Amino acid sequence: MPAGSAPAPHGVAQVRGLFDGEILGQAVAGALRKFDPRIQVRNPVMFVVLVGTAVSLIEAIAHPDTFTWSITVWLFLTVLFANFAEAMAEGRGRAQADTLRRMRSETGARRLRADGLEERVAAAELSTGDLVVCEPGDVIPSDGEVIEGIASVDESAITGESAPVIRESGGDRSAVTGGTRVLSDRIVVRITAERGHTFLDRMISLVEGANRQKTPNEIALTILLSVLTIVFLPVVVTLVPFARYSGASVSVVILVALLVCLIPTTIGALLSAIGIAGMDRLVQRNVLAMSGRAVEAAGDVQTLLLDKTGTITLGNRMASAFYPVDAHTESEVADTAQLASLADETPEGRSIVILAKERFQLRERILDEPHEFVAFSAATRMSGVDVAGRRIRKGAADAVTRWAAEEGGAIPADLDGIVERVARAGSTPLVVADGPDVLGVIELRDVVKQGIREKFDQMRRLGIRTVMITGDNPLTAATIAQEAGVDDFLAEATPETKLSLIREEQEGGRLVAMTGDGTNDAPALAQADVGVAMNTGTMAAKEAGNMVDLDSNPTKLIDIVEVGKQLLITRGSLTTFSIANDVAKYFAIIPAMFGAAYPQLNTLDIMRLHSPQSAVLSAVIFNALVIVALIPLALRGVRFRATSSAAILRRNVWIYGVGGVIAPFIFIKLIDLLLVALHAY
Amino acid sequence: MDFALTLLVLVVVLAFTWRYLGSYMAAVFGGRVRWLSWIERPVYRMLATGPEREQSWKRYAGALVVFSAVSILATYVVLRLQGHLPLNPQHLGDVGPALSFNTAVSFVTNTDWQNYAGEATLSYLSQITLTVQQFVSPAVGIVAALVLVRGFARHQASAVGNFWVDLTRCLLYVLLPIAFLTGIVFVAQGAVQTLAGPATIHDALNGVTQTIARGPIGFMEAIKELGTNGGGFLNANGAAPFENPTGLTNFLSVWLVLSIPVALTYTFGAMVGSVRHGVALLAVMAILFGSLLALTAAAEHQNNPAVAAAGVRSTVGNTVGKEVRFGDTASALYTVASTGTSTGSVNSAIDSYTPLGGLGLLAGMMLGEVSPGGAGTGLYTLLLFAVMAVFLGGLMIGRTPEYLGKKIQATEVKLAGLGVLIMPITVLVLTAVAVSTAAGRAGPLNHGPHGFSEILYALTSQGNNNGSAFAGLSGNTPFYNVVGAIDMLLGRFAIMVPVLALGGVLARKEHVSQTLGTFRTDDSMFVGLTTAVTVIVGGLTFFPALALGPVLEQLSHGSFF
Repeated sequence: MPAGSAPAPHGVAQVRGLFDGEILGQAVAGALRKFDPRIQVRNPVMFVVLVGTAVSLIEAIAHPDTFTWSITVWLFLTVLFANFAEAMAEGRGRAQADTLRRMRSETGARRLRADGLEERVAAAELSTGDLVVCEPGDVIPSDGEVIEGIASVDESAITGESAPVIRESGGDRSAVTGGTRVLSDRIVVRITAERGHTFLDRMISLVEGANRQKTPNEIALTILLSVLTIVFLPVVVTLVPFARYSGASVSVVILVALLVCLIPTTIGALLSAIGIAGMDRLVQRNVLAMSGRAVEAAGDVQTLLLDKTGTITLGNRMASAFYPVDAHTESEVADTAQLASLADETPEGRSIVILAKERFQLRERILDEPHEFVAFSAATRMSGVDVAGRRIRKGAADAVTRWAAEEGGAIPADLDGIVERVARAGSTPLVVADGPDVLGVIELRDVVKQGIREKFDQMRRLGIRTVMITGDNPLTAATIAQEAGVDDFLAEATPETKLSLIREEQEGGRLVAMTGDGTNDAPALAQADVGVAMNTGTMAAKEAGNMVDLDSNPTKLIDIVEVGKQLLITRGSLTTFSIANDVAKYFAIIPAMFGAAYPQLNTLDIMRLHSPQSAVLSAVIFNALVIVALIPLALRGVRFRATSSAAILRRNVWIYGVGGVIAPFIFIKLIDLLLVALHAY
Repeated sequence: MDFALTLLVLVVVLAFTWRYLGSYMAAVFGGRVRWLSWIERPVYRMLATGPEREQSWKRYAGALVVFSAVSILATYVVLRLQGHLPLNPQHLGDVGPALSFNTAVSFVTNTDWQNYAGEATLSYLSQITLTVQQFVSPAVGIVAALVLVRGFARHQASAVGNFWVDLTRCLLYVLLPIAFLTGIVFVAQGAVQTLAGPATIHDALNGVTQTIARGPIGFMEAIKELGTNGGGFLNANGAAPFENPTGLTNFLSVWLVLSIPVALTYTFGAMVGSVRHGVALLAVMAILFGSLLALTAAAEHQNNPAVAAAGVRSTVGNTVGKEVRFGDTASALYTVASTGTSTGSVNSAIDSYTPLGGLGLLAGMMLGEVSPGGAGTGLYTLLLFAVMAVFLGGLMIGRTPEYLGKKIQATEVKLAGLGVLIMPITVLVLTAVAVSTAAGRAGPLNHGPHGFSEILYALTSQGNNNGSAFAGLSGNTPFYNVVGAIDMLLGRFAIMVPVLALGGVLARKEHVSQTLGTFRTDDSMFVGLTTAVTVIVGGLTFFPALALGPVLEQLSHGSFF
């Protein structure tokens, strides 16, 4: 997948419209259930509104009139809308969980007894350490590790990726996930997860938000909202003696209305929906975060450690040039190199054949003569073909030159220079020889993904440092790093150097994110603040990280950072909006409150509202409707663009701060006009 | 002196003060100023402490609270027994218990609310005892701010300094020398400084005998202003020629009042390693101060509505209750500086200000005293608002909010929130109590909105440790003495303790490195956001009360301007 394009959601992450009918229906029911005071008390802001509604209701029953009842109904709707927002967000997660639950089939397992015989047991009876046998068509009963055999497995149920993957014993591809299906061959799996704690179970509870815990920033924000709620309580309550001293009287209902309008109900109503929706957005990108804390940390990341292969470069080196040596020509080199690579099915080999075809119109040939291919081996470090008496070899420079020398050839004087130049450019030089005759050099280049440089530029504007991790030598690494535009690189990386790099960054007070898949990545994944394990990776890696990328696409790290930031921005912006709204509400309610006793105060009624009652009601209606109006924004998140923090802040302060002051003036006036037009007043 | 020229000179003088007093204080609190170490060392020996024995925030707060409690007690005892103590040439009797309590609390909390007329109530010994508190109470405020500043400056540290050392250094190197030098100017200009009793003058022409109050006034005046105290020797405070004799002393007073709060922003910047951050806070203070000054000066420069109603056109502004030698705008400058700094000294009668002019003074206090606020208290209160602004701003750019490399999380928000909400709640609740009880309603001279303003002003002034009085309120009643004392104690210590805790919590935190993605806390955006948070929190909490007080009164005269 080219970097920069958003992955098409699939698999777990079904795309659901923002107002999917089914989810809407469930959300309405959920909203009503949430009126339970035990649930309400968890959200201090909305709890105050609920108490206010009760007070207003008592007042409406005691002294019934249209105004009191209208206020009561709209206060009730305010709580309902808040519940609805949360139920909406939960509903979207639950829909995904249901999809997952459906595939957690209750099929049996074939347990291998100590005596080597199989027995059929229910998957529920399996415990850690049991061995089970899986053959084509079997659903793997629980998470485990392949200890015998190799098989292709269909993991589409979890990843949405239809292409089967290979799972084999030993190495980094031994982990299998419960709920996936074996397509070919027989494997023996050792169960590693307790029932109820499998990967699938965790996924279900995560997307459902069943045991969602408040994240650090959410806790801090809840405290801020509580502070704002607490401070407005005496502000409103003391108005009673103040008014009495001033010879005015205020009704309880108007006081309740004022309190509800002043406390930050907008953000209070949407806060948990924003958090749930943030997780949901990650799931849509096929990333599972093990905690909301990790998502939030992603927004704070200051250093990204990115593996070169697969993230920054396409992963395979491609032939990019032929350099002749001595008196040979370029086409001679190309022709021989192509001949040597005909049977080479590695991506590098294919690229040599293709380059020769593109540059010199050398068609792929079918070798008619009797021939013998020499396969690459780690010992010889070269490959080639013996045909028609020619012995053609290509491979590592030192290996091929030694071989040519043994064949009795001389090493051309300009070879070393070319080899070194190619290596310094960050490419891999392959030397081609025809018997003792050294013909030239093939340059294999690492190809940097398209668009990745722009991504890194965006990251830099966000203040995020990108560090490329590679096993290459420093020379090669430097060249690729420069081409890709990363800020730094770690060459000749080992799990130990990776870990120490992370520690070094963290000691400097930076948060680090990285991706990894192998078991030897596990310590680094655990150490990193955001560790994204590839789903193709080992169980150890998945356990160590705090996120799993089901697509196993390391470029996703950048998306994850954006989701984390968007989550915080949405919270901050809506809080600002909520507080800014108070100004207009004061100008609507205070003159209405005291206008009768002190007509002079009507000067403050700059909206020129119809009557005191319509003014108060308009403010309350606005306060309730703005919650509904902002639900889509809360679920989708405030638009995020990768620009400098100053630009982001300026934009949000203008839209949600200044806009938050102005908008309610307009809408309260409109609601007032509407109430008059409807002859309500 | 022309008002514009006065302002220009003031800005220039303050700029120098900011730069040099600011860096001097940073050096003093860093222990790099040693010219009085020969006094310092014996003091530490006596207290069995020293600069190397640093305290945790809890021990620091404990020392501060105990020290203040002992100060209240000692002052209370002197006032109660003054009739039996020396330096009492007028043979004044002991001060009553309620008034003594209120006055002791008042001077220890740097409020200097005075429910008495100094010359008619207090002996010279009592006045000198209060003057001692005028030195130590601003020092306590400054060292509290210092702890918060160290919270930002230190990383993974459990100690925040030593209270006794900080207090000693602040007194020895900052307050005493400056008060001594400027005291000489006051005396040279004509402020009285004597321990001889009041002078008796026989006016043969009219056949009356006058008693002219005198006393150790001149040097008290210097620390009254420098320490943002505000409690004068004489009842007329800065309007009396023996306290504030000339235009020069009037200017000097304004400068002294503003100097420490303003300079502390430089000290803050220097200590956290970024003067720009100090400039940003100074800018917030300047914007607020400028706005309030513009409001009050403009309002006072108008004709008094009551005078205008009588058909008289005045071209010199509202001169009711103002000294002719200062005029409308210089009086406005003095009172805005005084109410914006928790000083509360006055050179004119605030009760006679136009409602809007009075609103400007009230607003300076209701914003929490940050324009630029009291000695130390202004800096730490503004830092609380800055923490709130940083929290909102940080979220809006998608990062866990950080201020000076310290993450602002639940604990920080909790402590800053606590510090911010104590004052409005205290003031509003106590005002509600006052207007609801017979004892409270008996206080104000006027009825209606103006009477309400008088009560609101008194409790706002004490809750913010300002001490300026709207006058018109009979404060020397058991009710107002006790309620006022509670107001002052909460306004001081219920904010100071969370501030010290915040300093301690921040000092323990590790430093997060700043990147391009960090919310900048030293640019115009931060200044705007912090100003907005300060104004909105103050505005939203006091809007209804203000609407029923000064706003209603002003509108009763027809319009705002």
